[in-house]
Order: sequence, then structure tokens, then C-alpha cells
Amino acid sequence: MASQKENSSAQEPKKKVRKKRLLSKLYPDFIIQRDLEKCIKCKICIRECTYEAHGWDEKREILTEDHAKCVGCHRCEAMCPTGAIVITKNPSAFREHDTWKPWFIKNVYKQADTGGVLLSATGCAVPFRNYWDHLVLDACQVTNPPIDPLREPMELRTFLGPKPDALQVELDDEGRFYLKTKVGPWIKLEVPIMFAAMSYGAISLHVHQGLARAAKELGTLYNTGEGGLHASLYEYGSNTIVQCASGRFGLHVDYLKAGVAIEIKIGQGAKPGIGGHLPGEKVTEEISKTRMIPVGSDALSPAPHHDIYSIEDLRGLIYALKEATEYKKLVFVKIAAVHNAPAIASGIVRAGADVVVLDGLRGGTGAAPTMFRDYVGIPVELALAAVDQRLREEGIRNWASLVISGGIRCSADVVKAIALGADAVYIGTPALIACGCTMCQRCFTGKCPWGIATNNPKLLKRLDPDTAFERIYNLVHGWAHEIQELLGAMGLNSLESLRGNRDKLRAVGLNETELRILGVKHAGE
Amino acid sequence: MDIFIPNKEISGCGLSGIINRQGELVKGELIIESICCQMERGNGLGAGFAAYGIYPEFQEHYCLHIMADSKKALKEVEELLNHHCYMAHQEEIPTRPTPGISSAPRFRRYFVKPRYEGEVRDLCEGTPDEDDYMVNLVMHINTHIDGAYVISSGRNMGAFKGVGFPDQIANFFRLEEYSAYIWTAHNRFPTNTPGWWGGAHPFTILDWSIVHNGEISSYGTNRRYLEMFGYHCTLLTDTEVVAYLLDLLIRRHRLPMEVACTALAPPFWSEIDLMPEPEKTLYTSVRAVYGAAMLNGPFAILFAYNGGLVGLNDRVKLRPLVTAKKGEFYYMASEEAAIRAICPDPDEVWCPKAGEPVIIEMEPNTIPNQRSYLHGQIFDLSTPICRFPAEEEEE
Ligand code: SF4
Ligand code: SF4
Repeated sequence: MASQKENSSAQEPKKKVRKKRLLSKLYPDFIIQRDLEKCIKCKICIRECTYEAHGWDEKREILTEDHAKCVGCHRCEAMCPTGAIVITKNPSAFREHDTWKPWFIKNVYKQADTGGVLLSATGCAVPFRNYWDHLVLDACQVTNPPIDPLREPMELRTFLGPKPDALQVELDDEGRFYLKTKVGPWIKLEVPIMFAAMSYGAISLHVHQGLARAAKELGTLYNTGEGGLHASLYEYGSNTIVQCASGRFGLHVDYLKAGVAIEIKIGQGAKPGIGGHLPGEKVTEEISKTRMIPVGSDALSPAPHHDIYSIEDLRGLIYALKEATEYKKLVFVKIAAVHNAPAIASGIVRAGADVVVLDGLRGGTGAAPTMFRDYVGIPVELALAAVDQRLREEGIRNWASLVISGGIRCSADVVKAIALGADAVYIGTPALIACGCTMCQRCFTGKCPWGIATNNPKLLKRLDPDTAFERIYNLVHGWAHEIQELLGAMGLNSLESLRGNRDKLRAVGLNETELRILGVKHAGE
Repeated sequence: MDIFIPNKEISGCGLSGIINRQGELVKGELIIESICCQMERGNGLGAGFAAYGIYPEFQEHYCLHIMADSKKALKEVEELLNHHCYMAHQEEIPTRPTPGISSAPRFRRYFVKPRYEGEVRDLCEGTPDEDDYMVNLVMHINTHIDGAYVISSGRNMGAFKGVGFPDQIANFFRLEEYSAYIWTAHNRFPTNTPGWWGGAHPFTILDWSIVHNGEISSYGTNRRYLEMFGYHCTLLTDTEVVAYLLDLLIRRHRLPMEVACTALAPPFWSEIDLMPEPEKTLYTSVRAVYGAAMLNGPFAILFAYNGGLVGLNDRVKLRPLVTAKKGEFYYMASEEAAIRAICPDPDEVWCPKAGEPVIIEMEPNTIPNQRSYLHGQIFDLSTPICRFPAEEEEE
């Protein structure tokens, strides 16, 4: 982990005593183009760029550019009052080679420069087949009328939590039916979209506040991530999932009781098999209070939970958490989608989890070793299809709800996930993009120029909680309406009739094995 | 699992049903006249009838109507039945050559009782588990015996169906020779299924029979839900799921009929949110637990059982359904004309509201093996569990 830090500092080397040649600095990814005719020398770009890529030459009275420092976040371009700046891909090219693409060459330079581990953010960037893009949806024609959600009710309500196989209903003394079976607790979602775990620390307090408010207004949940819960957010308890990760930061009984659910994070799609790391630089006063660790100390989550070395141990933790919260909270267990996901998920359901979360290969992160981000885990589409089918075959699909995350980009992806069998989805990256994130993938530096993945008090101001709330709310509101339209076009007026309804999906361009795993037919069949 | 899910059919259709609450028998001609009045609702690719009370001499036996492509398939069925059942009687289902009907499959009926081995027999005979036994047997025939399908499997009832217009099918099966206290009929307008005899309505399991007008858009969800409980859809038609859902919800889960209908066509959340307790909790839970049993899409269905006839519309009423009453007779049909054709001056005619079931049950103790599902509590809950012996043998 220490080596990650070395590497991240290698991005912007400090003054070196011995002159060392950093090859990685010779071939910048981006070029800062400044139109000198438009530039009025206001120096806003210098203030806006947290990576110090813009400079001022006192002697010549001109602005300068250090292309090697630019991460391509487009902040300066967006803020330049005269539109003088354009950030482009560096057109300078290596001789073409299909195996040795510039990405690999530059990564070798970086590691030869520092000896460190390559670090990235967001989710898998390798163009593995994206199954969402190979699935298409059905619509009604003639024999079955499509339904217009603007005229007719169109229901997206979803209940998370274990459902009994059957209900027992009896008549009371007044001749009314009542429910004899004890059910719940369940969590009611008005949209099947929740906000994925992103810790306070990894993202700013303002984004957290925005997510919490949006969750409340939308009737859904947000997830604290592993960084504890800031005092200002306790009021959103009924829309909160608190996370219990291997570092146990900020975890105490009031925290556990603060939300409606507790998520045990076993793994994360962006980095299955390893823990987390919040660099000491990001641990400010407020974060230190929330996480219950000293200011400036690295927050390291170990790879495993040190009390979970087997499925029985997981069961132990699930019930410990349930006991501590008097069986009033649901327990989610989140795993990274890996090869053996169906068997693992079955074990988790049998261990007593109320909700199983599968986080796929494309799941995002604020910091992960690049090799993990890009090459460990499997696409969530396949994991979801296999897990749903497996749980049905074992007759335990209703014992727990199934939530997926990792690579959901639009409302159609949500609809496809539900048709494959998910009860709901988590989104993380789309919520950040809604706030202005440009996917520069440098969240781990703590310098996010958009004020999203940072808690630097100065940068924090770039995104206020109200704006974050409004933009995230708008996004999900728009998606919810699109989901209603798509449902109506399929002739359905309630989301539960889409759940697991793989007949509504057809594949385009997938092979037999993929079709079998997804349980869908090819288009034209 | 076989991923190549059979194509579900899409169809528009005509329905008709009659019940007499006192168990008075109704001649076949009447239902034939009613369904034939709705000729425009079919296209000659399917019609069918269900009749209750037609086998009084074997009223204690399950009557299996078997449709088979070949002698071989029938022989396999017979071997299976000989092994698993006591058979009181078997015969060909009487048919007559009918113009326009060609290449009909073979039809035979078998009057059977489950054969339990040894001690199990004393425990299980006469209990509801006989029904489970029969369901397993039906599933076994449908999924394992090539070319043989169980068309109906209830006591003292039978289904008759095939490819043709209703008058042709009625003539083919000589339905004017039967009298029943409940009749349902169907005239089919399929748009995308090859005419195949098994695909005609009614669909049945035990004494449940369903005729359906509409398309079940939630078919994929319903089918996969039923698979979890051991029901396998083999008849290439979405209506099949309705029969199995009724069996699961009402017979196996023992939900009262009214509540089961709510699971199939539930109120909207906006209505549930305004309900008083205990209804609010009840219907919230019904939707949360039985969401996968909801029938979504346009439909009007009639379903019958030994003792009752139920009409149900989808929750926004996208298909027609009319009901009428004349004395102890109740009529349900797609069109009022189909009722007036056989009952010109009904006491009352009304259109049921979207999602509101019309449940007509006979007076208690009117017929043998009568079942009543209104208000629930039909069976003793402590009956022993008996398994279908074939399961053990196979594994
Ligand atoms: S890092 Fe961002 S703000 Fe700085 S120069 Fe590059 S695009 Fe502009
Ligand atoms: S959150 Fe900020 S640092 Fe991370 S990818 Fe987006 S813009 Fe870049």
C-alpha cells in the first residue's frame, strides 16, 4: 500500500536532490491548448487547476502549460471565461503496434520511474464485452396494448428483504381478512435504484449530503460506505444503509442503528480480494472524527474481515449485527462478482443475509491498483444471471433480495438488470457524473478539481450540497420516468412483472454459451 | 435448464361460462350456442370446453383426459398409470368425424386413484396430498412422455379442446350428449402459434380449468416463479401459468379465493396506501410476496372448479367481461350478446370492475367432492406429506 502512495506522488514529483529522468513525464496524455488571441490573462485557470498544470511566467508575462501534469479533468476549460482553453488528447503517437499500445508503454515507464504499483480510479477500463449493449428489449404491437405512464398508473415500488414462500391469511372476528404470517422488516423503495457505497472521505461531505437528500426525496436509499456517518447525516436514517467493512471505521452501535440496513462489505467489484486505502492526506479533522482515527493517519482496510474466515464466520457476523440492532435492520452482504459467485451467493443467503449485493467487474472505486480494477472479477450481467438462476434452482430466491452494481450507465441498463432477475440496482459513478465528474480517474489524489472526490476545504466549495442534491435527484427522476416508459411499452404496469422476465430480453451477437448463461434467446427467435 | 423457452402464444378470444348454484345440470347445447354467438372472436385455430359433473359414476376418481400423437405415447402413459394408480375404468373419448377437422390426435380417458405403497397408503388416501400426487403425475406425463399431454385431470370433470371453430369442436366431441352444472367455453384467435391441439383452451390442472382472453405480458416472470414450486410449462401457451398459479396459491398455499384473486390482479399501491388496517398490511404483503404471481397485461379469464366459477379482469380492464344472473343461474361472457343468446331476460347484467373478481360458488353440499375457497380454510393443515414414488425411483 505504501508503494501506491509513492506512485501517486510520482505523478507530480517534488524537487529532487539528484536529477532523475522521469520517462513518464516525457509523453503527456493530454495537451493544453490555449488560444492566445482569446486569453485575457485572468489566471483563473491557474486557480482552478489543482494539478498546477497552468503557470505564469512573470518575465514574459504569459501563461505557461505543463502538459505532463494535466489529468484531463477539463476544469480549466469549463471555467475559462473566454473559452480560450481546449484540452485534447496528445496527438503525438508512437509507432503503431497492436500489442504494445501507448497505455502499456507509458505504464512501463511509470513503474520503471518509481517501482510502484499502478493506481487508478473508477471501474474496469478494458473493453471486455459489455452485455448490456448486446441485449435489447421488447415492446407491444397490436395484440397487446402498450400502456402510457402519463395516463395510467405505472408502479416501480419494490420491497427488499426476505419473503416467505407463502402467506397465511385468516378471517378476524369482524369477517375481515388479516395476515397471520409474520413478515418483514422490509425496505420500501419507490425506485429500484439506490446509491452505492461511497465513503465520506473518498467523496466530499457535500456529495454525501446531496446523496442523502436525493435518496429521501426519491424514496430510496444511499449507502455510507466504510467511512462512518457524519453527524449531519443522522437525520436521513430511514434512507440510509450503513456499511460495515473490514476496517470497521466509525463503527459503533449508534451508527449501526442509524440506518435501515447494514451492509457487510466482503468485496468490491473494482478490487476484489483486497482492502481499501484512504491516504492520510485525505484524513482531515472532520473525517478523523467520523472515522474515529487520528488526523492525517492512513485509513487502511484489510483485505479480509479479520473475523470472517469462513461462511460460518459470516453467519456469526450477520447475526451479531442483527442482535445488536434487535432484528430491526436488514443485513446486506456485498461481494465482488467472481468466478464462483453463484455458489458463494447461495452460501450467503443460507447464512442469513437479507440482501445479496453483487458488484461487478466494472464497479467503480476512488482508488484501486490498476491491475485489479481492470482484470479481476467478472461482468455483473453474467454473475447476476447465474446467481438468480442458481438461487431459483435451490428454491431460495425469495429468501433474500438481489441487488447489483457495477457498470449501470442508463435507465435501460436498470431495466435489463431487473429483467435478468435483480430486485434493484446500485449506482455510484452516474451520481458523481451528475455532479460534474469528468471521469479523469484520479480520485485518489484528493485533488478532484470538481470538488467531488476531495475534502480539501477549498475544493469542497466548488460543489455545494444543494447543487449535488438537485442534480442527482434530477438524474434518477429522469431514469425513473424512462423505466416507466419502457415498462409501459412492454405492456407492463408494475415492476414486479418485469423481475426475472427474461422473455422480455433478446440478445444481439452473443454466442451459445453466453445465451445459455444469460438465459435469453437470440433476437429473431 | 433448457433456455429455449417455448414461444408463448398471443391471442384474442371469446369466452363464455355458466354455473347453476343449486347444481342443476345444464345441457351442452346451451354453452355451444353461447360461444358460437361470438364467432368473430375466433379464427378457427382453437376452441374448447370444460364441463363439471359429467362423470357421476366415477365421481371419486380423477379423470385423466389424455391427448396423444401416437399409440406408442398412449401405451407409455398407460404403463405409467398402471404403475402409479388404481384404474377403475378407461375408454376412448367418443368423437365423431366432423367436416373441417382433420388429423385429430387420439383422445382417451382414464379414471384413476393414486396408488400409494405400504403404510403411506393409509396416511395419504383421501387427503389433499392425493392432489399433489396427481399434480406430480401430470407434470411427469407432460414433461417426460413424448407426444402425450394431459388435457384435464380433475374429479368428475373434463376438458375437450382442439383446433377448429367451437361448433366443430363441440360436434367432434359430441358435447351435446353431456350435461354439466358448470360449463366454460373458449373461442380462440391466435396470431402466432401453429394450430396445435394442446394449445387450445381450457387449460387445467386437477379440477381447475381456465379459459382466457388476452396476453400475459408477465409470462416470463410467472413461469420462472412457478418453476421454483415444481410446475413446468409445456403447452406453449401463456394461459397455462394461470392454471398453475391458482393451484399453487389456492390449493397449496391455501389463500382464500378473494385474496388469491388480489394476488393475480392486485390493487394499485396508491389504493393500498389508503386502505385501513388490517387490509393495508395484508395487501402490501400479498404484493411483496406474490409479486411474481401477478398477471400483467390485458386479460379476462374465467376459471372453474368443483363448486365454483370465477371471472376476473386485469387491473386496468383491457379486455371485456360481462356477467349476468337469472335465478340460480349465473352467466359470464366476453359479450352481453353471448349471454342473451341463451338467457334473453336476465334479472341482472353487469360489467365487473377492473381487478374485481366475480366469485360464484354453489350452495354448500350440493355436489360430490365440492370445494369452496371463499374465505379460505378449506383443508386441515396437519395432513401428512406424501411424495410421488417416481421421484425416488428416478434419482
Ligand atoms: S488537470 Fe484539469 S484543470 Fe488542470 S489543466 Fe488539465 S484539464 Fe485543466
Ligand atoms: S470524481 Fe473527480 S477526480 Fe474522480 S474521476 Fe471524477 S472528476 Fe476525476
